[in-house]
Amino acid sequence: MNFEYAPAPESRSVVDLKPSYGLFVDGKFVDPTDGGSFKSVNPASEEVLAEVAEAGSQDVDRAVHAARKAYEKVWGPMPGRDRAKYLFRIARIIQERSRELAVLESLDNGKPIKESRDVDLPLVAAHFFYYAGWADKLPHAGFGPDPQPLGVAAQVIPWNFPLLMLAWKIAPALAAGNTVVLKPAETTPLTALLFAEICQQADLPAGVVNIVTGAGDTGRALVEHPGVDKVAFTGSTEVGRAIARSVAGTRKKLTLELGGKAANIVFDDAPVDQAVEGIVNGIFFNQGHVCCAGSRLLVQESVAEQVLESLKRRMARLRVGDPLDKNTDIGAINSAAQLARIRELSDAGSAEGAERWSPPCELPERGFWFAPTIFTGVTQAHRIAREEIFGPVLSVLTFRTPAEAVEKANNTPYGLSAGIWTDKGSRILWLADRLRAGVVWANTFNKFDPTSPFGGYKESGYGREGGRHGLEGYLNV
Amino acid sequence: MTATATSARSDLSELGRSETALRTFLHGLPGVDQVGAEQRAAQLGTRSIKTTAKAQAIDLAIRMVDLTTLEGADTPGKVRALAAKALRPDPADPSCPHVGAVCVYPAMVPHVAEVLAGSGVHLASVATAFPSGQAPLEVKLADTRAAVAAGADEIDMVINRGAFLAGRYSEVYDEIVATKSACGDAHLKVILETGELATYDNVRRASWLAMLAGGDFIKTSTGKVPVAATLPVTLVMLEAVRDFRAATGRQVGVKPAGGIKTTKDAIKYLVMVNETVGADWLDPDWFRFGASSLLNDLLMQRTKLTTGVYSGPDYFTLD
Repeated sequence: MNFEYAPAPESRSVVDLKPSYGLFVDGKFVDPTDGGSFKSVNPASEEVLAEVAEAGSQDVDRAVHAARKAYEKVWGPMPGRDRAKYLFRIARIIQERSRELAVLESLDNGKPIKESRDVDLPLVAAHFFYYAGWADKLPHAGFGPDPQPLGVAAQVIPWNFPLLMLAWKIAPALAAGNTVVLKPAETTPLTALLFAEICQQADLPAGVVNIVTGAGDTGRALVEHPGVDKVAFTGSTEVGRAIARSVAGTRKKLTLELGGKAANIVFDDAPVDQAVEGIVNGIFFNQGHVCCAGSRLLVQESVAEQVLESLKRRMARLRVGDPLDKNTDIGAINSAAQLARIRELSDAGSAEGAERWSPPCELPERGFWFAPTIFTGVTQAHRIAREEIFGPVLSVLTFRTPAEAVEKANNTPYGLSAGIWTDKGSRILWLADRLRAGVVWANTFNKFDPTSPFGGYKESGYGREGGRHGLEGYLNV
Repeated sequence: MTATATSARSDLSELGRSETALRTFLHGLPGVDQVGAEQRAAQLGTRSIKTTAKAQAIDLAIRMVDLTTLEGADTPGKVRALAAKALRPDPADPSCPHVGAVCVYPAMVPHVAEVLAGSGVHLASVATAFPSGQAPLEVKLADTRAAVAAGADEIDMVINRGAFLAGRYSEVYDEIVATKSACGDAHLKVILETGELATYDNVRRASWLAMLAGGDFIKTSTGKVPVAATLPVTLVMLEAVRDFRAATGRQVGVKPAGGIKTTKDAIKYLVMVNETVGADWLDPDWFRFGASSLLNDLLMQRTKLTTGVYSGPDYFTLD
């Protein structure tokens, strides 16, 4: 019998979208000085969700000054236990309003509601709870008896996990005693603006958190502002390089979390069914818009056929469509520009001779969509094995021996994450020692926890976010 | 089927002849990662099945129920009443389908057979010294033959867990083969008692062992030990029947039993069947629920869907 799941859409009515949003500066929503604005659209339907202010350099200047004043007068001198109270309060409000935030995240980003509901939002709240706990314990964090904050942090975040990246940036900065000016991505500014409302609701002192919306120019004005003590960026390696150049020679402390081309390595003794789940989760989670995505599958040649057959069968079960449907596994690509990039690289994969496969799946007519895709017969020389695609596209390569697996896995300018699938514990330890990646998952993938540090090797960036290590980037050590 | 699968088929039939071959094969099956299997089962449990899909699932689940009573206190009167309920689960609604089977002890089979005759509802009986299986083989086989002779067309046997856990796979295998032959035309469901096998690796091996020995169904539990059917155990068994069919061409059914009490639970299992083995198993011939109280919850939810209101438990028969 064919069992068809009826549509099960999550209601949009929990979200109260305003037609337009200003900048959040010094505790208030304000209009930008030169009145510029842009539109944020729902990538699943191309419907305009809201008009959002575009911050110019004067606005950025205003925000940095507000942050400076708050740092000097209120937040910096405040005892850690009092900062903790605000962070705990924010964490609780996030939990209370999690449905609203999850729906808005899915509307603005295109990710399936089951992920924003079950992954993003619980992690966002967990990050605030975790760092709230550190605020009054900084002398015990291992950075000396009385570590001091840096001052004003300029934070620029990407569109793939809008609210989660905000939490990764804001929670440790505030816990350590810094104030922040944060710029969300131009395609996904809405949950950051709702977070600004939460800061108001939590009575967070004015100027501690400032949100300036805009595109690349706004970001550049922010990181290059002389009043900034710290720059934290998550995004592409290309932009990361430009930021590193602009920050070089200044007193600004910098952390970068950039691209990746992670190897997900499957050995012949792997638990096959769970490895296949891990491969699917590794590359199709969040439409593959994940910097640590397992975008290169390295499978031992002796089991390659079996693993690929299972993988294809599993991929045929993926449900692509309306992000607000609770049964959707893969939502919309975040923007037309990203879709164009995924298409370009996939076409290059075919042109260079790799074999392309997607399960039969019907894509909606409006919006930005890309079917889950795998390429087999890929070699290290293919562009799709080297460049970050940042989409639901998996390149499959094979290896013969553990040493060859290490060699291929490390043969990339990136080094953010890697996955190992084997039943042999000793091999996991042997391999993890040799993989040049900041995060190595064993028999799992894309697992995140606020207590665990996250960050890259090589061109995947530097500095760590999360855990005790995540405090370091926001302390004068 | 490809040439590989054909040659695999002939290889597998030889396995039971040698303890070494059987052990090598079972221990060569891919392992199960506990965390991953449990995570996958939990993810499938978050599917949202509403409106038409829910109605479809409820009717299917009712048709898949093996309505069960396995008590020392069972009497002819009790099992006749249960059989009557199996035929007409909801007397108020003739559109309600009948259940898949009635499942009773061998001594109760004749009483149930009278009621079910010609109805299309199967008559299952537990045999082989259920639930422990701790009896001499001859006794177990006699138990089986008696149940079949009295009218059971499905036999739910227990495997010899003691032998399995001691690594004497051939002994388990031979007992299943002997029981299958004692069944004659009756379908054989092999109860693995997964709660006593403890690990998912064991569940996968026992599943293959039962299938290799000729079982028509693999079933999780007797319902007589503390841990009965769970979603991850059923997931591992579904993967086993899927892989077994791919290797041999023979389809084997799956029956989770014990602890499935609500419509919500049942729907989670159906989602898991749908997304693990697909439409071929979404049929009472290939998937069953061993349950008793589940049926009334399914009926309550069914009535709620058709009438829009919940009726109290007093509107449903307690048999």
